[in-house]
Amino acid sequence: MTAKLTNNQIAWRAAQDIADGAYVNLGIGFPEKVAQYQPPGREAIFHTENGILNFGEAPPQGEEDWDLINAGKRPVTLKPGASFFHHADSFAMVRGGHLDVAILGAYEVAENGDLANWSTGPKGVPAVGGAMDLVHGAKRVAVITDHVTKDGKPKLLKRCTLPLTGVGCVTRVYTSLAVIDIESGRFVLREKLPDLSLDELQAATGAELLVAGAVTDLIVPEL
Amino acid sequence: MDKTVGDLATAVAGIRDGMTVMIGGFGGAGAPIELIHALIDRFRATGHPHDLTVINNNAGNGHVGLAALIEAGMVKKLICSFPRSADPVVFTELYQAGKIDLELVPQGTLAERIRAGGAGIPAFYTPTSYGTDLALGKPVAEFDGRPYVQERWLKADVALVKAETADPQGNLTYRAAARNFNPLMCMAAAETVVQARRIVPAGDIDPESVVTPGIFVQKVVEVPKPQQEEDLNRANAVYPGAVS
Repeated sequence: MTAKLTNNQIAWRAAQDIADGAYVNLGIGFPEKVAQYQPPGREAIFHTENGILNFGEAPPQGEEDWDLINAGKRPVTLKPGASFFHHADSFAMVRGGHLDVAILGAYEVAENGDLANWSTGPKGVPAVGGAMDLVHGAKRVAVITDHVTKDGKPKLLKRCTLPLTGVGCVTRVYTSLAVIDIESGRFVLREKLPDLSLDELQAATGAELLVAGAVTDLIVPEL
Repeated sequence: MDKTVGDLATAVAGIRDGMTVMIGGFGGAGAPIELIHALIDRFRATGHPHDLTVINNNAGNGHVGLAALIEAGMVKKLICSFPRSADPVVFTELYQAGKIDLELVPQGTLAERIRAGGAGIPAFYTPTSYGTDLALGKPVAEFDGRPYVQERWLKADVALVKAETADPQGNLTYRAAARNFNPLMCMAAAETVVQARRIVPAGDIDPESVVTPGIFVQKVVEVPKPQQEEDLNRANAVYPGAVS
């Protein structure tokens, strides 16, 4: 396998598709990195399930306010124009079609748009949080993920094998190797790393990659 | 009208064995730590209440608040969306030993089920969880060409809630993201018990600023310096133990 993008670089690429003024929810963990890479001149408004719109970065250490946290229970700050609301209103924003983009992590994504990102099976304590709500309602549901698992197995599959988070919900996948849209139940390749051949990319993918129109180079700065 | 009570023990006196109790908060934000600890005090003194069903977003963190309530052996079932935390050992061990039941509910569905309980809506349809394991056994119906899952209301005997400001009529405001599930739980319980950082005379809260109108509240107790779960956990606090 040739070089691949780092998590920061995947987050950077996903951030380039977020419009100025977009209302955005970023999943806990890796997706939170997307907020760091907004292009200059653009300012998205970030939503967190626990009831804040327009929150900002973490406060300096020692200045944490534990009533001001994000869904990952990490302290945040407020930007001008921020608002608070209760959980039912928060999920009305989610399910009611008011968010422009939700960006989530994934264990598996299938070519039919199914997502598995909450459970790796019956072992351990199950926990779902807001993931099953977030995949419904946002105008665009995107996934950021390594293209393959730590063992080198494809994460983009014909059908998910792990418990589903949602059915037919993902529309774009940003991976460590490529940018892939999901259209009419197929993976459609849009961008790939310049040094990676189509055959190599296909070999790392668990379902057929459709090439419909130009495939551009996936070029991301060193971060 | 005066819904204020003088002490925490009186505030939680209505909780009996086998009741369903909603506890506000998301992690430590909005968690009514002092009310929970008062309930643990009563259990240690009298052996009651036990076999509680608790509704909260989480399953406690460390050994204080909700985690301490679970650790004391007072909870038989938890209804929540995310029973993981930085230190979830109390719930995890009991769950894996089969000593506590878990009903896992997607977070937005949990919020809406509580809202529905308070609003007199016995069931509703949501796109959330369609096609997943969490929809198994639930009715599905199609509306405008899309499938939706039927979910039922959640109600409680008692809700324990944390507010910032209250007045004697039970009107409440909250602080920052400590609001979360608290206003919904106020609506969905037969008896809502509130700990407020300060109680002000009726009229001092601008009616435009009231978040929870007093009709949803039955008891209010003042806790001027509420403890915060994150601070207690950073100090490795255990309740009952070093914390007062």
